[in-house]
Amino acid sequence: MTDAAPTPPSPPAATGVSRRRMVKALGATLGAAAFGTAISPLFRGSELNADELMQRHYKELSAADKQTVLRRLEAEAKEASGRDVTIKDAQPRPKTKFVYAINLSVCNGNGNCVEACHKENNHDRDSNQSYIRVLEMPKGTMDMEKGNTTYTGAVPQKDKFYMPVQCQQCDEPPCVDVCPVQATWKEKDGIVVVDYNWCIGCRYCMAACPYHARRFNWEKPNVPAAEVNPNQGYLSNRVRPQGVVEKCHFCLHRTREGKLPACLEACPTGARVFGNILDPKSNIRWILENKRVYVLKEELGTKPSFFYFFDK
Amino acid sequence: MAPEPPAINPESKHWASYPRFLLRAVSAATDGSFLFYAWMTALTAVFLVGVNAWAHQVTGGMVNTNMSDHVSWGLYIANFTFMVGVAAGGVMMVIPAYLYKDKRMQDVVIIGELLAIAAVAACMLFVMADLGRPDRFWHMLPGIGRFNFPMSMLTWDVLVLNGYLLINLHVVGYLLYTRFLGKEPNPRWYKPFVMLSIVWAISIHTVTAFLYCGLGGRPFWNSALLAPRFLASAFVSGPAFIILTMLVLQRFAGMPKPDKPIGTLVKIVRVTILVNLLMVVSELFTEFYAGGAHTASARYLFLGHGEANALVPWIWTAVVLNIVAAITFLKPGLTERKGLLVLACVFAFTGAWIEKGMGLIIPGFIPSTLHEYVEYLPSHLEWRVSAGVIAFGLLVYSAALKVAIPIFRGTMRDRPPTEPDKATTVN
Repeated sequence: MTDAAPTPPSPPAATGVSRRRMVKALGATLGAAAFGTAISPLFRGSELNADELMQRHYKELSAADKQTVLRRLEAEAKEASGRDVTIKDAQPRPKTKFVYAINLSVCNGNGNCVEACHKENNHDRDSNQSYIRVLEMPKGTMDMEKGNTTYTGAVPQKDKFYMPVQCQQCDEPPCVDVCPVQATWKEKDGIVVVDYNWCIGCRYCMAACPYHARRFNWEKPNVPAAEVNPNQGYLSNRVRPQGVVEKCHFCLHRTREGKLPACLEACPTGARVFGNILDPKSNIRWILENKRVYVLKEELGTKPSFFYFFDK
Repeated sequence: MAPEPPAINPESKHWASYPRFLLRAVSAATDGSFLFYAWMTALTAVFLVGVNAWAHQVTGGMVNTNMSDHVSWGLYIANFTFMVGVAAGGVMMVIPAYLYKDKRMQDVVIIGELLAIAAVAACMLFVMADLGRPDRFWHMLPGIGRFNFPMSMLTWDVLVLNGYLLINLHVVGYLLYTRFLGKEPNPRWYKPFVMLSIVWAISIHTVTAFLYCGLGGRPFWNSALLAPRFLASAFVSGPAFIILTMLVLQRFAGMPKPDKPIGTLVKIVRVTILVNLLMVVSELFTEFYAGGAHTASARYLFLGHGEANALVPWIWTAVVLNIVAAITFLKPGLTERKGLLVLACVFAFTGAWIEKGMGLIIPGFIPSTLHEYVEYLPSHLEWRVSAGVIAFGLLVYSAALKVAIPIFRGTMRDRPPTEPDKATTVN
């Protein structure tokens, strides 16, 4: 096809062969033009820039590289929403492993955690996205098949209990194993993170996760400028690009600076307990030592850092 | 054709004869009857529609598909899985031709090898179409990106699919080139690769099955039978497609009657289609007899779940197609009855496409890991992109066959004595 593209001048005495070549050249030209038209949407309103395209993996960035990247992302965020945002890169604290536990005797399914996550993490407003789903379960079973995530009306119902599910921050995370490009990994403090600038959007991790913890950006997230949370982290709640996977990161932009996760702060019942399991004096340590805790789908061997327990 | 400079010793001047071979190949692939032009133009048109749909998907986001956080893979990955099977199925010509030294099969084995090349090309496009960030494709390249090998089964798939493509390109390229020169191919340069391609064909579909069956959180896929099942159905869909190809070539490209090779392939499908059915039945027995939460996906697929039953008609269509095809393939003298043979092949191919495509991928996500029932049927855009990829595969296949057949029949040779152009345009 390509060899025919430059149309040869037709010889004075047109033979059958040269007519055929002319037709071929015409066909090739038309084909190339049609191809150009077909792919033209790719170049309309494209936001691709060379810096972003060539950016290396998070772990390969030097301290200086990281600063350049963070400033670029801040500038892009400002351009997109008109808001000043800070994007930091909080590092894991030494001798820290974060663990979460939820008291299911206390949780009443009010859904404040879901809402808080939605706002804190700059989730897409149109899809009402959140990293947390709450299952309304009939008392007397632990079978998630009996659960309902779309319950409405007054809570708590007398014969029901409520089980919030989010990323379990597994110690053997199947999602990390399957990623073909190492765009997701487990940090030293136990948090499984995603480099949104490295993920290729194959969604293999979503198939691998047994807890429905991962979300995909099916389109560019829409967060009105006034609602943007300006306190952002590179590996956590900055507004995600289109076409990449994201997940709960235990609000690392908060927790690595000594604050609590947004979902915990929003919980009116005190069902949520978060902390450093390596700290012998922490609440979470006391709960794990004194309550009969369990993990979801223990038989899969994923070793969650997320526990559930009942008080009574 | 441009006049070729006289060569003193054509045997030793590959630098001169190889470009000539490529030129002649391009010329042959773009020359043909009105029917051939119409076919290629139609395929190009469908391909361009697919390209355009994909461009919209990349710009506007995959929100234009019907996939969701619950059903995060759809028609693309379903078609990818099926096409890997078609690619592996080509080996069912290679085994009789080279392991059993079936002379008649050797004459047409290139049809299977070219199918493997075209199908693998389509597989790669399906994976590209499924990526949320195709601009970051290079992250997957070993050495340049960060290749999560050997942990991620997807990296294994990248390796085996590209390897299979290269092996087949080498074997086909070598055989065509030597035949073009009018020489006997030297077994040293292709036999070892042919043997390798047999093992490799098994590997591509095994690894593709491991993509799914290695996931503990998806009980519908987490079965040791998945890889054998994939292979059995690959050895149905591949040969069925090759039989259809040979019938088309006989009808429209003046290929001599390939009754012997077709007979061999019919014998193969007769067995593999039954083996596949046996494995499906055995999976279903395990699922339905034991019951429990583990079997929710199979129940959804075959019986539906309340209002949610989008896949029920699909899968029962596949069941009927597979059973009718299996019975038809048992009929003695099927090779002689062209109409019935075409029907059996179309049924077997379509049955495998549904069963191993949508019928396998989608129920893996329904119910979701939190046991929610969110359904999926492909969007219009997904159908367009998929049709475009299939059209691309067929374009590659048609153009390659257009070159290969005259070379194998001896009508396209390096510098034949008279009128080189006429030889390339017999059909």
